[in-house]
Amino acid sequence: MSGKMTDLHRAASLVPDGATISFGGFTIQRHPMAFVYELIRLGKRNLYLFGHSPGGDWDLLIGAGSVKRVELAYEADEAFNTVGPRWRRAVERGEIEWEDYSNFSMVARFTAGAMGIPFMPVRSLLGSDVLAKKALTSSQRRSDSRTSPKKAHVMTSPFNPGERVVLVPAIQTDFAVLHVQKATDGGTVRIEGQTFADVQQAMCARTVIVTAEEIVEEDALRLEPERNPIPNFAVTHVCHVPFGAHPYAVFHYYDYDPLQLKEYHEGARDDATFRRYLDKYVTGVKDHAEYLEAIGGRTRLETLKASPSLGYSPDLKRRRL
Amino acid sequence: MASPAYTLTELMAVVAAREIKDGEVVFAGTGLPMLGVMLAQRTHAPHCVIIFEAGTVASELAHLPMSVGDPRAMRRAATAAGLMEVFTYVLQAGRVDVGFLSGAQVDRFGNINSTSIGRNPRHPSVRFSGSGGACDIACLAKRTVIIAKHEARRFPEKVDYITSPGWLKGGTSRRDAGLVRGGPEAVVTTMGVMRFRPKTKAAYLASFHPGLTPGSVAKATGFALDTKGAVETPAPTPGELRILREEVDPEGIFLG
Repeated sequence: MSGKMTDLHRAASLVPDGATISFGGFTIQRHPMAFVYELIRLGKRNLYLFGHSPGGDWDLLIGAGSVKRVELAYEADEAFNTVGPRWRRAVERGEIEWEDYSNFSMVARFTAGAMGIPFMPVRSLLGSDVLAKKALTSSQRRSDSRTSPKKAHVMTSPFNPGERVVLVPAIQTDFAVLHVQKATDGGTVRIEGQTFADVQQAMCARTVIVTAEEIVEEDALRLEPERNPIPNFAVTHVCHVPFGAHPYAVFHYYDYDPLQLKEYHEGARDDATFRRYLDKYVTGVKDHAEYLEAIGGRTRLETLKASPSLGYSPDLKRRRL
Repeated sequence: MASPAYTLTELMAVVAAREIKDGEVVFAGTGLPMLGVMLAQRTHAPHCVIIFEAGTVASELAHLPMSVGDPRAMRRAATAAGLMEVFTYVLQAGRVDVGFLSGAQVDRFGNINSTSIGRNPRHPSVRFSGSGGACDIACLAKRTVIIAKHEARRFPEKVDYITSPGWLKGGTSRRDAGLVRGGPEAVVTTMGVMRFRPKTKAAYLASFHPGLTPGSVAKATGFALDTKGAVETPAPTPGELRILREEVDPEGIFLG
């Protein structure tokens, strides 16, 4: 290992209890799942998560009891399940603290943090309860510097009194963790397909950990620098983690795994079966290599392989599993 | 009565597709809106542009995505970027003609709840996924079309939580709140299609699906539904059904 290369265990060990953290990806694609599994194995507690549309990455961490507070727009696997089952239970039982935003306002908040400005104006949220109602109390906000002292602020434009905007507070996190297609040991990163808010999330974090399907030579990525969206010096650690987003998709590499997602969503419905899932696939296995064996190894992974022309698997069985 | 030659989902997808005009920029969500926009592209609106909030512009879908961030959304997209590019340059700047929304509750002014059930959102009896991009689409698209399951409890007088603002309290209240454009145009439900009166912005029944009556739809609505002038929803044509089944969703992802 040289440069910024490290392994998953060492990288996840950098995260202290109580850290603020965001994960890349969007609902069913490119979440750094292997990193999340390792955080759970390490028994992390009291994490503060920031996200726009996370999926099972958050649901597992919430179910494992690793999370104290979240700020989010959405938590679900979309057509696989319209609400994250552990997120739902945690809210209904009062086991988690949270604040609701919208996708645009969360991404605007990451962008403000990434740009080094205190807030971002948006024309969204006006008239909604996302703006009017607060899930966190003002004492919860005031007593904890990890949360903005105020949810949002409505402002009249200083240039035109007829225009109103909502200011949303910048986010700066201790960690951002991304799972991408390619990276170098120098921290150059190639994201293929949709970038989601990965770039903004990385640039508003103090420590940026990138897990990648492939580690490639600098020359390979520097031939097309316009396709490398994150300044390499901002990336602090790089891990080589093939199938690091499983059971979620990575464009050009593999599709999501409908069988695994079905097993998760059925298991996560109640506490006992969720525990069994966690034990079978996360805490009961040593590392990501053992995880990949537990989910069915090469035989299963072969069924998810992306077609080179489409970037996903056109023959993937997605219904009547 | 003979059972119709199509399912309710097929009928709703066709009705949703008909809301899209040729050449429009469409912000589509997962499920029925994807069926609708893919059908529209293959029938009366070949030049409509599909935008997914996760970052793709002008996809030419070959396989139904199960998420707006699905790798399938990348197929022949003209541009791929991230959420910020789509939300700012496309949606906030006013370049989206029609956005599709759905939720657990919809009220008479087309306000939508996809956050939680219960008066106090700090202690909800049922929690849902949350807004995602719905609030943003509701605020910033030029118009919206809402898809919803038609049951009295899902159409209350007032939603428990306004995740996505519709006409708010009716009249000019949406504009008064500072929203610069937009508002719901139609609610496509499992029983019919509602639209909104031009001045009061209150919902009325524009059409009821074949086999139903205006009275039966009103009975399944939690607020007093104006049914004056409602007509029967035109049934899907054999051509629309063939395209839906054979080209849009041959895997049965959403058609079942």
